[in-house]
Amino acid sequence: MNIKKKSGCEPANGAKPCEERTQMDFESMDPELNEALGEFRSSLHAWSEAAYSRPRTVAVGVRRQVWRRAAGWALCSVLIIGGASTGVWKHHQRELQMRIAASHAAEQQRLSAQAHEQEAKQEKEDVLAKEDLLANVNKDVSRQVPAAMEPLAQLMSGDESW
Amino acid sequence: MAMAEEMGAEEFSAVVQRHRAQIFRFLLASTRDADLAETLTQDCFLKAHRNWASFRGESSAMTWLMRIAINLQKDHWRNRRMQFWRKTRANAVDLSEASEWLPSGERSAEQQLMAQERVRQVGKAVSGLSERQRTVFLLRYVEEAELSEIARATGLSEGTVKAHLSRAVAKVRAELGGKP
Repeated sequence: MNIKKKSGCEPANGAKPCEERTQMDFESMDPELNEALGEFRSSLHAWSEAAYSRPRTVAVGVRRQVWRRAAGWALCSVLIIGGASTGVWKHHQRELQMRIAASHAAEQQRLSAQAHEQEAKQEKEDVLAKEDLLANVNKDVSRQVPAAMEPLAQLMSGDESW
Repeated sequence: MAMAEEMGAEEFSAVVQRHRAQIFRFLLASTRDADLAETLTQDCFLKAHRNWASFRGESSAMTWLMRIAINLQKDHWRNRRMQFWRKTRANAVDLSEASEWLPSGERSAEQQLMAQERVRQVGKAVSGLSERQRTVFLLRYVEEAELSEIARATGLSEGTVKAHLSRAVAKVRAELGGKP
């Protein structure tokens, strides 16, 4: 057994060069250590073989990720389309309401103008009817007066316009 | 030209088939995380594929691949310290757990338990080694690489490799209850 406690490579007085010395160290290991190292090697080989040939979970992860991403995209698309169509629908509704309100206002204006026209016409007719009535009254008023009122009647005959 | 490329691709494919399991094993033992080892193995072969044309065969393909894997692993530890250490720590298992995988062979139940205990102790000692010591130790005693190959793969001199091995073995021996 020739394991050096100090593993520096400076050759001591009369000693073999460092490389040769350590080479010898590794060739002359005790059997117990050799056995332990052999068992360690076997364990690692078996572990590695098992890990190397295990079913890969990465692919499942990737597949899951792809699904998750697709679902995310679908959800995003639904939200975007939903948001956009809600906006468009609201805008359309607002325009429709504005159009209805405008048509209501126009109808109202038309009706009120019609009412005004009707009123004016009625007024005119009323005036005419009143004038006719007065003319008739005037026409039907008796021109004959009692004898006592004759002088007054004569005074008024010159002025018929009252 | 196209034929040369095709031959190169075929050759590279053969290299991948031959060495993939070994590179994975080394990275698994180094990182103690199967998912991370898988990722680093893929990165290693991706990097090797990109530089395949520049591989001149001065060392064996395995040594060249191992060198790439060691560098990737170093980069990983550096990044891990900076950003991802929490995540990777959560996935890593203790190297002493490798004892659960010890093949029973022709041992009795008692011998198996004792062997598992020894593996646990070696795993514990290896987990406590410095990064460089662990790399050198794993290459030597798990991958059974020659010292010259380890030196080429790690970019260290053979003397330095031996020094690291010596310290690592002393620590393992101490853990096993022997004299350091």
